[in-house]
Amino acid sequence: MRKTGLKSLLLAAGLALASTGAIAQEAAPANTTAPAATAIADPAAAANAMAPAVAATPAVQAPALVQPESEWGQPIPRGIALPEQVSPNGKTALWLHDVILMPIIVVISLFVLGLLFWVSWRYRRKAHPVPSKTTHNTFIEVVWTVVPVLILVIIAVPSIGLLSAQYKPAPAHALTIKAIGNQWYWTYQYPDNGEFEVTANMLKEQDQVGKGERFRTPLDGPRLLAVDNRIVVPVGRPIRLITTSNDVIHSWALPAAWVKMDAVPGRLNEVNFQIDRPGVYFGQCSELCGARHAYMPIAVEAVPVAQFNQWVLSKGGTLAPPAASAPAPTEQDAANTADASSEATPAPADNGTEAAVTTNQAATANPAGAGNAE
Amino acid sequence: MTDTAIPAPHAFEAAHADHHHDADHKPGFFARWFMSTNHKDIGTLYLIFAIIAGIIGGVISGMMRVELAAPGIQYLEAWSGESGDAALHFWNVLITAHGLIMVFFMVMPAMIGGFGNWFVPIMIGAPDMAFPRMNNISFWLLVPAFALLLGSTFVGGAGTGWTVYAPLSTYGEPGPAVDMAILSLHLAGASSILGAINFITTIFNMRAPGMTIHKMPLFVWSVLVTAFLLLLALPVLAAAITMLLTDRNFGTTFYDPAGGGDPILYQHLFWFFGHPEVYIMILPGFGIVSQVIATFSRKPVFGYLGMAYAMVAIGVVGFVVWAHHMFTTGLSVNTKMYFTAATMVIAVPTGIKIFSWIATMWGGSLSFKTPMLWSIGFIFMFTVGGVTGVVLANGGVDDIMHDSYYVVAHFHYVLSLGAVFSLFAGFYYWFAKMWGRNYNEFLGQVHFWLFFVGVNVLFFPMHFLGLDSMPRRIPDYTDAHAYYNHIATIGYGIMAISMVVFFVNVFWSLFAGKKAESNVWGEGATTLEWTLSSPPPFHQFETLPVIDDRGHH
Repeated sequence: MRKTGLKSLLLAAGLALASTGAIAQEAAPANTTAPAATAIADPAAAANAMAPAVAATPAVQAPALVQPESEWGQPIPRGIALPEQVSPNGKTALWLHDVILMPIIVVISLFVLGLLFWVSWRYRRKAHPVPSKTTHNTFIEVVWTVVPVLILVIIAVPSIGLLSAQYKPAPAHALTIKAIGNQWYWTYQYPDNGEFEVTANMLKEQDQVGKGERFRTPLDGPRLLAVDNRIVVPVGRPIRLITTSNDVIHSWALPAAWVKMDAVPGRLNEVNFQIDRPGVYFGQCSELCGARHAYMPIAVEAVPVAQFNQWVLSKGGTLAPPAASAPAPTEQDAANTADASSEATPAPADNGTEAAVTTNQAATANPAGAGNAE
Repeated sequence: MTDTAIPAPHAFEAAHADHHHDADHKPGFFARWFMSTNHKDIGTLYLIFAIIAGIIGGVISGMMRVELAAPGIQYLEAWSGESGDAALHFWNVLITAHGLIMVFFMVMPAMIGGFGNWFVPIMIGAPDMAFPRMNNISFWLLVPAFALLLGSTFVGGAGTGWTVYAPLSTYGEPGPAVDMAILSLHLAGASSILGAINFITTIFNMRAPGMTIHKMPLFVWSVLVTAFLLLLALPVLAAAITMLLTDRNFGTTFYDPAGGGDPILYQHLFWFFGHPEVYIMILPGFGIVSQVIATFSRKPVFGYLGMAYAMVAIGVVGFVVWAHHMFTTGLSVNTKMYFTAATMVIAVPTGIKIFSWIATMWGGSLSFKTPMLWSIGFIFMFTVGGVTGVVLANGGVDDIMHDSYYVVAHFHYVLSLGAVFSLFAGFYYWFAKMWGRNYNEFLGQVHFWLFFVGVNVLFFPMHFLGLDSMPRRIPDYTDAHAYYNHIATIGYGIMAISMVVFFVNVFWSLFAGKKAESNVWGEGATTLEWTLSSPPPFHQFETLPVIDDRGHH
C-alpha cells in the first residue's frame, strides 16, 4: 500500500518525539574529541620516571587476587543466555532483553512459522486444487502494518529509557578510570588516585612461556581471559570510564556490566557504570585491531573500598580523602585528589604524567608489554 | 504472475515461430563470450563468476570453521606457512576475504548481474539492456577487481575486516595488500554503478507497450529499487576508500587524528554505503521470492502495490539508519536514540512483505517444487534474522551484543540464509529457462533439506555464543565457547555436503537433464519469460509484445 512510506515517517517522527521527552535534556559528554592521540604518556618516559616514584611510595602489599567464579563474569560452558548483570543499568538492559525483546521475537518467529505450516498444509494442491484470486484485503493490510508499529512502540519506550539511563552523567564522586588500548594490551590510569598506571597483558599458558615467566593459573581466570594485572574498582561506587587508544581502534567490553565502548585514537569516549557485586569480571577487546585481537582481554576486580584502597597504595597510587569516596558528591574531585596527593606523596598531582608509572609489583613477573611491543 | 496481465498469445507467435532463424544467429565463441553485448550471455557470465567466487568464499569459510572447531590455534600456521603474529594475521585475511568475496563477488553479481541481466529485460518485454556494451564492461570490470583482491593475499593479505576501518587499514597495515583491496573495491564499485545506470535506464525506457510501472513484475521492481540504492550508495564508498588510499600513500590525514582527521568519519562514510548495501543484497531476493511464491501458489502476489512500495520504503529508510553499526563508537545519546528508532521502523515494511507472501500462499494451490521450498525457507529464515535485527536495533541493548557472535548469527540469517536461499530459489526456478534443460527435482530437494539443516546447525548456535559474550573475528576463543563452536563446524560440514549435491545436480542436468518446454511451471507462471522458448532465442522480442489490459488493477 502506498501508505507504507507515510506510516514509516510518522512512526519515525513519533519515536523521535518520544525520545526527546524521555532524555530530559541530559546531554552526556559521550565523546570529546581530543586534539591528538599523543596525549598518552609514553611508556618509556614513564619507565624512566619510575625509580624515584616507587622509592617515594609506601610499600603496601597488594591484596590477594579475587577468585573467579564460574557462574559470574565469564562465559559459561554451553551457555545460551546473556550473562548475569552486576550493574544497575545492566540489570535494566537484561530485563529489557529477557522480558520484552526475547518473548516478542520468539512469538513472532513461531507465529510466522505456524502460519507457514498451516498454509502449506491447508492449501496444498491436493487439498485445494483451485486457487482463489484474492489479491487485496485492505483491512488485513492495515492490521499487519499497524500491529507491528504498536509492537515497536512497546519496545521503543523502555529502550529509549534505557539509553537515557546509560547516558546519565556520572556523579561527581564517581571514580574515573582511563582505559587506553594498545596493540595488543590495555593500559589503565587512575587520575583520581595519583595517576598511577596499570598495564594488563594476557597471561599465556604454561607451555607458551619461557622458564621463570609467569603463566596463567586457574586463580587468574579462564584461558584467553586472564590478565597479569587486573584493574580493581570499589564495589558500589559509580565509575566513569574514559576510553581512548594509542594506535588503532579497540573496544573495551565488560559483558557482566553491559559495557562496551570503543577506544578510538584521538577521542575520549566516556561510559558510566557501577559494579554492585564483589567479584572478578572478564571481557575481551571487541573491535578488530590486528593480529592479536583475540589476545587482549579485560579483567576487572570489584572489591570493598578498604581492599580497593590497599590495592591503590600497592600500585603507588594515592588515596582521595574519605569525602571523595563517600557517596556525598564533593565539590571537585580533581581538587580533592590534588590535596590528597600532596599529603601522601611528594610528587604533586598536577605533575601526574611524570608520576604515572607502570608498577612492577610481585604479581607482575610478566614484564609489562615486553612480550607485546614488537 | 504478480499483477502482470497474461499477454495475449498472438503477440508472441512471431517470437515463438522464428527463434531459430536470424534471432538465434550466435557469434563465434570468443566474440560471444568475451565481447558480449547480449544480456542473457552477460547474465550467464555473471552467474558463472558468482559461482566461482562463491566456491572460493565458501572454502574460506570452511577453513575458518575448521580452525574454530576446537579451542586453540590448530591450522593457521600450516595454512599461512608463517608463525606467531603472521599466522594470526592470516586469520584476519581470511575473514576479510570471506566478507568481501561473498558481498561483492558472489551475492551482488549473482543477484543483480546474473538474474537481473537475464530476466529484467525479458520480464518487461525488452529485446536487451539499454546499454549493451556498458553491460559488457560492467561484467569485465569485476574480473580485474576479483583478481586484485585474490592477488592481495599473495603480498601479505588485507587483514582489516571487510569494513576496512581506519586506522587499522591505514598505519595498521603496511604493504601493498590493503591498497590492492581498496582498488578492487573501486573497480567492483564502478562495475556496479554502471550496471545500476543500465538497469534504471532499461526499466524506465524499454518497457513493452502496456507494461506500465505498476504492472512490472516484482522482481523488476526489486532490481529498480536496488539500482537506485547502488547509484546513491556506491559513490560514497568510493569517496571513503579513496581518502583511505590517500591517507595510506600520499600523507593525507582524513582519518588520522594526528592531522585533525577522524577515524569515526570513515565509519560514517562506510556505513552510509554499507547499510544500503545490505538491502542491495537482499532486495532482489525479495523480488525472486515474490515471483516464486506466486508461481507455485498459482495466485497473483497479494497486495502488489504494498509489496512494491514496501521495497521503496525499505530503500529510502535504509539510507538513514547507518549509525546503528556504530552504536559503541561513542555516539551522543540523541544520535543513538534517533538511530534506534529509525532502525526499528524498517521492521514495518519488512513485516508487510513477510505477511504478504504468506497471504499470497493463503487460498492458493500450492505445490512444493524445489524453488518453492527455498522461498518458504527464505521467509522463515529471514524472519528469524529480522527479529534478531530488531533486538540489535536497540542502541542500549546492542552494547552487549555489538561485535559479538550474535551479530554474526543475525547477518548470516539474513544473508546466508536469506539472500542465498533466494539465490537458490531463483537458480532452480529459472534453471530450465536459462539452460533449456530441467534440473533433477529429487536432487534439488535433497540439496534444499541438507542445506537448510546445515546452515541452521551452523548459524543458530552463534546466537548462543554471542549471548555468552564471544566476540567476532577471533581465531581462538576461551574454552567455555568450545561446545557450540564445534556444533557450528558440524553444521558447516552438512552444508558443504549439500553443495556437492547441488553441483552434481547442476552438471548432471546441464548435460543429461530432460529438455524443457517453454513454460515448465504451468498456469502459475505468468511473467513474460515463460512465453519464450527454453532457452530463449538469442534475441527475443524483436517484435515487442503488447501487454493488454486484462490485469487486476
